[in-house]
Amino acid sequence: MTAISMTVNGKAVSADVEDRTLLVHFIRDHLHLTGTHVGCDTSQCGACVVHVDGRAIKSCTMLAAQADGATVMTIEGLAKDGKLHPVQEAFREHHGLQCGFCTPGMIMTAVDIIRRKPALDEKTIREELEGNICRCTGYHNIVKAIAAAAGAKA
Amino acid sequence: MTATGIGAPVKRKEDFRFITGNGHYTDDLNRPGQTYGYFVRSPHAHAKIKGIDSAVAATMPGVLSILTGKDLAADGLGPLICGWLVHSKDGNPMKVGPHPALAVDRVRYVGDHVAIVIAETYAEAKDAAEQVNVDYDVLPAVIDGAVAHRPQAPQIHDEAPRNLAFDWELGLKDETDAAFKNAAHVTRLTLANNRLIPNAMEPRAAIGEYDKGSGHTTLWTTSQNPHVARLVLSAFVQLAPENKLRVIAPDVGGGFGSKIFIYPEETVVAWASRKVGRPVKWTAERSESFLADAHGRDHHTHAELALDKDGKFLALRVKTIANLGAYLSTFASSVPTYLYGTLLSGQYAIPAIYVEVDGVYTNTAPVDAYRGAGRPEATFVVERIVEEAAREMKIDPAELRRRNFIRTFPHQTPVIMAYDIGDYEASLDKALKAIDYQGFAKRRAEAEARSKKRGIGFSAYIEACGIAPSAAVGSLGAGVGLWESAEVRVNPTGSIEVLTGSHSHGQGHETTFAQLVSDRLGVPLESIEIVHGDTDKVQFGMGTYGSRSGSVGMSAISKALDKIEAKAKKIASHLLEAAADDIVLKDGKFTVAGTDKSITFQELSLAAYVGHKFPTSEIEPGLKEGAFYDPTNFTFPAGCHICEVEIDPDTGVTRIVKFVAVDDFGTIINPMIVEGQVHGGIAQGIGQAMLEHGVYDPETGQLVTGSFMDYCMPRADDLPSFEIGMTMTKCPSNPLGMKGCGEAGAIAAPAAVINAITDALGRDIAMPTTPERVWRALNEPKLAAE
Ligand code: FES
Ligand code: FES
Repeated sequence: MTAISMTVNGKAVSADVEDRTLLVHFIRDHLHLTGTHVGCDTSQCGACVVHVDGRAIKSCTMLAAQADGATVMTIEGLAKDGKLHPVQEAFREHHGLQCGFCTPGMIMTAVDIIRRKPALDEKTIREELEGNICRCTGYHNIVKAIAAAAGAKA
Repeated sequence: MTATGIGAPVKRKEDFRFITGNGHYTDDLNRPGQTYGYFVRSPHAHAKIKGIDSAVAATMPGVLSILTGKDLAADGLGPLICGWLVHSKDGNPMKVGPHPALAVDRVRYVGDHVAIVIAETYAEAKDAAEQVNVDYDVLPAVIDGAVAHRPQAPQIHDEAPRNLAFDWELGLKDETDAAFKNAAHVTRLTLANNRLIPNAMEPRAAIGEYDKGSGHTTLWTTSQNPHVARLVLSAFVQLAPENKLRVIAPDVGGGFGSKIFIYPEETVVAWASRKVGRPVKWTAERSESFLADAHGRDHHTHAELALDKDGKFLALRVKTIANLGAYLSTFASSVPTYLYGTLLSGQYAIPAIYVEVDGVYTNTAPVDAYRGAGRPEATFVVERIVEEAAREMKIDPAELRRRNFIRTFPHQTPVIMAYDIGDYEASLDKALKAIDYQGFAKRRAEAEARSKKRGIGFSAYIEACGIAPSAAVGSLGAGVGLWESAEVRVNPTGSIEVLTGSHSHGQGHETTFAQLVSDRLGVPLESIEIVHGDTDKVQFGMGTYGSRSGSVGMSAISKALDKIEAKAKKIASHLLEAAADDIVLKDGKFTVAGTDKSITFQELSLAAYVGHKFPTSEIEPGLKEGAFYDPTNFTFPAGCHICEVEIDPDTGVTRIVKFVAVDDFGTIINPMIVEGQVHGGIAQGIGQAMLEHGVYDPETGQLVTGSFMDYCMPRADDLPSFEIGMTMTKCPSNPLGMKGCGEAGAIAAPAAVINAITDALGRDIAMPTTPERVWRALNEPKLAAE
């Protein structure tokens, strides 16, 4: 067992976890933040993307112990004071989700893409989404939503 | 059209919980005292089980119980069933090999279920499962449908000699043979429809919970049709009496068919919770989804089209081998028969059609409905062979289609279907314009100058949705009726709950169904709640698949709304002191025609429950109505998709330059949601054509494409943005005029893409068209010549 502590969505948390506990399982099973999803076991789908110290990472590919001392943000922490983040708004406005399962990971990835890339054309958005799989939308409206959110930022 | 009514692109009501991480998928739920199950699965494609030794595993930390097929049988649980009875040519029923939820003495595919280990934590269950020792006697396996019924092939079920489940036929054999004798031209095509693995992003999951006090079992599960699951589990599997079994399908993360079926895992989990006296949860790892979710497609087909000298179609002859996998899944037998053979007329007047389908067992995962289910396979045959015929006869492919379109309705095809309405030329014309067909020759020449190869391909598809009516499908072998139910409950404050037997797992029913109610009653969307997915709340329903929730599910709601309106008007007539016939409902108000005397829907709702102002001996208090709706016919969405591709001959990389889809779905409730459905369908269709392929090793029967590393899912940078257009002929077979939109993209796209790629290559190519295959198609003839 390992003792860990970190800040998740602005709140300090600590726990004793089995060494092999993945960050995603810590988030879902210990903190009961189930907005972060598990869609695969090979680090491919991106359903589990959260921000660790401001960067998007796949939380299924990091041990909880590796996040010891870090600042973590999950989908539940994105809206501030009851106000949706512009990327969340854009996904709703442009119908960027259907079943919603890939959506938290998509949104957390999109926020990171927009932060990193000053100019976003369709091709760049599509390339940047390489690590996130959606089976429902054909990506058409996800790309539109991200472009709109990026435009709104500029 | 009002801002929220029928036809308005209303933003979805369900989105808020998903974009904020507050959805409730099955794996998000945890029950007090919950334990975890992990399945021991067969590592072999085909083997005898000589013994199972779980002595070591049973002593491992946290382990509560290890259960096998013998325990299941001892408790009297029967095998899983196939709900559609198909007959062979000789009139005999299909040959069904038993499908126990846990194997007893034989395993028949890699991933087949052998035992479940139940422990305090998921990790403990998984650790212990690795220590369960199964003694296997490995048998030879067969995985290819095309060779499964050769005499020397390994025998999979004793009940099905030479692995043949059925040899089925449909159509006019003699007329077809005669027409071929008189044909001026015959086009022949051999093709494979590649095996696909559905991969809804939410893996399947289930929680079983048994209440000792009441004897009730509750099953939370990732299901598209919880009521059918309850019926099958109680009536056939004998899990629990129907009144003691509650099935709940909460938020479900995509289905595409794969979550229709009654699988071993949820059956075992529900039963195991009774054995251990605590809730048992199982969530699939993606590797398990690859192995044990029902796969789709997997046909080998030879087709022949007879034409006269002007290109008029005279007859179509089709022979297909359908790989059914190791067991007959819930609706497996209907997919390559009644959902396939019946659509082989396409959009065309073909006087004679004859189709034969051999359904064969192999040592692979069961194959069942996957988005489109039979109709993509039919469309691929028809639209590929029509395109090839056009090329051989040097007739423009659009023109050849035009010459053969059905133009008068109703139209009876030689393969059961009676098309009720359509305008195929309208969608073709609109698609031609959108893709700028006129300008294609120039674009091709321009690409040629850059040493690139351009191609264009059509797919003028038709599908049959909302399968019905119940009596008709019953006569074809369906084990269930295919109606839908709805209940509309108006609360005293005028807010409304709509209980529906349909199930939403991405389709947006909470929005579109509410739009219908809002349109009819003038009640704001926020006051309307759609309730679905719980057998204790909704009495019965058939669920969501086959693009049926609009045309069948919403029609049931519409029928219930008729009753609500009629009763409300009766009550209003007393409140407003006028004849019920003189009351009109508009903009949320009941008004006496020609006067300004009116009462709001809210006021009326309260009055209905208070019951002071109308004679309750004549009119019962309250405002709640239910309806069952059985359609009079299938619906026939149709349209035309056109794809333009550019190939780099040096690398074999194919780029979709433009993809145009023009569809006729009849009445549309919410165009934003409909377009989203089309996008998703096209993506899956392009995935089938260019990327996806479920591959088993022919020697060992191991699934070679068992993860997202090996199975190529369409990613954002594999796809273009799509251009969507609509045409409209109202469906006459249901009150709303709707046809269904959920599968069109997956049905139409593969043929459009392959027609474009073969146009560019000048030769045939198998799906998926990986860069390697494309490169070989271009370069191997050259290399061979050198
Ligand atoms: S669950 Fe993390 S990438 Fe799929
Ligand atoms: S919305 Fe269903 S997987 Fe993306």
